[in-house]
Amino acid sequence: MERRKVLVEGIAKKVMLVAALCLIVPVLAIIAYIFYKASPVLGLDYLWGVPEGGGTGGGIWPPLIGTFFLVLVSLCICAPIGIMAGIYLNEYAPDNWFTRIINMAVTSLAGVPSIVHALFGVGAFVLTFGMGESLLAASCTIAVMTIPVLITSTREALSAVPMAFRQACWNMGATKWQTIRTIVLPNSISGILTGVILEVSRAAGETAPILFTGAAASIPFMADSLGDKLMPYFLGDKFMALSYHLKVVADKLNDVPEAMKYGTAAVLIGLIFILNSFSIVLRMYLRSRKKW
Amino acid sequence: MTTHINFLDLSVYYGSHKAVDEVTMNIQKNEIFGIVGPANSGKTTLLKTINRTLDLITGTRTTGEVSIDGTNVRNIGNVNHLRRRIGMVFPLPVGLPLTVYENVAYAPRRAGIHDKETLDELVEQCLKQAVLWDEVKDRLDTLGTKLSGGQQQRLTLARALAHQPEILCLDEFSIAIDPVTTMKIEDILVQLKEKMTIVLVTNLTQQARRLAGHVAFLNASQLVEWGETEKMFSNPEKEITGRYLNGDFG
Repeated sequence: MERRKVLVEGIAKKVMLVAALCLIVPVLAIIAYIFYKASPVLGLDYLWGVPEGGGTGGGIWPPLIGTFFLVLVSLCICAPIGIMAGIYLNEYAPDNWFTRIINMAVTSLAGVPSIVHALFGVGAFVLTFGMGESLLAASCTIAVMTIPVLITSTREALSAVPMAFRQACWNMGATKWQTIRTIVLPNSISGILTGVILEVSRAAGETAPILFTGAAASIPFMADSLGDKLMPYFLGDKFMALSYHLKVVADKLNDVPEAMKYGTAAVLIGLIFILNSFSIVLRMYLRSRKKW
Repeated sequence: MTTHINFLDLSVYYGSHKAVDEVTMNIQKNEIFGIVGPANSGKTTLLKTINRTLDLITGTRTTGEVSIDGTNVRNIGNVNHLRRRIGMVFPLPVGLPLTVYENVAYAPRRAGIHDKETLDELVEQCLKQAVLWDEVKDRLDTLGTKLSGGQQQRLTLARALAHQPEILCLDEFSIAIDPVTTMKIEDILVQLKEKMTIVLVTNLTQQARRLAGHVAFLNASQLVEWGETEKMFSNPEKEITGRYLNGDFG
């Protein structure tokens, strides 16, 4: 009997180990394959250069900085709204039908496919609010898509702060806002920010939400002006973005060298990886100075 | 002696469960008032009605009234102001994720005291009253959450004293504290009652006997009886009170 237990234990452990390994294999395979295929073009010239001949040659700087701007502007829009809504729902909202409706809306919104968000973006921002196809309209669309997940991740970070801390403050006559400001937020802000960065960079890697709201296949670019290179798009301009650029070059089967396509994919993965590792480092730092 | 806290026909419901059943009694100014009783008898709930932290728990309902100095606590507009008049220490020690100093200075700061010297003095005085000063005076900038359980318990006491309350409610303050330190704190409580009214919820009936002027005995949500401590211990009206206080049941 004892031997059987040991045997089952060993098998269970190995089966689960295999399941865990199954996760790593595709990640490594995808990264290795893409970077291998992209290796002929990858380099500083490629990153800093401007596409030539409709993406058949040259570099990738305009879509790269476009995606970066997209992340930045979306962040500025969705972070305040998502965080404040999360704080309200977690800290203030009474348990009643109104709150339940909001919660239901948040959950449903999180389940809406990105292409539907894209169409909503066209209707709401591009047409109704008259933003036109622009960086702003695309950022707003990304923001709407991200807010529900942001609310959820904010609430998770907030509820990781033990209830006992809040009660201790209330018992001393601190108001809810004083408690949030002095105890809850300082101890959850890192988790909140981690969620914000992760969610926004994930959304910015998608093609659908920017497809009809502001992404351009190609934009005339002054390659030798540094100012133009660092600040190529304003809020009202159409812009280039990595995800859409990838779709464009991948569609042109014949005239784009293979390495250029994989190069775009590699840079997109790289950018998102860098953004993600920023939040992972932030989380590690915060965990190391956890105060209880 | 004047009445400080008055409970009149007070009942508390958690949903349909009645946690406190028509309690009527009064607590005098500047006395230590002991509340004893087995688990689940409504002792902690009773404390929470005084500073209205019960309001923060969803699904609770109260009837009857609690008044302080003749004013029904329900009629006090600023509940945070009410809570600042009352110091609360609960059985599970909770050090806030702040330094020891900031833990104690928390309430005074929220009440608008920012002068460094005043705060320094207050922090030292409160930590001394909680018999914690000697252990932490050289590390006031370490995190309150990193102190040992017993130290955190005393930190909670220091914090409750820091907003200079007129009523101090202690709920099992000594469960995490060693007997020697407990005795020291008891001595200080006797001094403190010159300045404030102390409500002491305790499982140690002997602690109530040592400290309290009056004792109330709660059982199964009901106030069995209350009265002068010596009478309660030596000649209670109900038989069950005598059995509980002398350790035969409970």
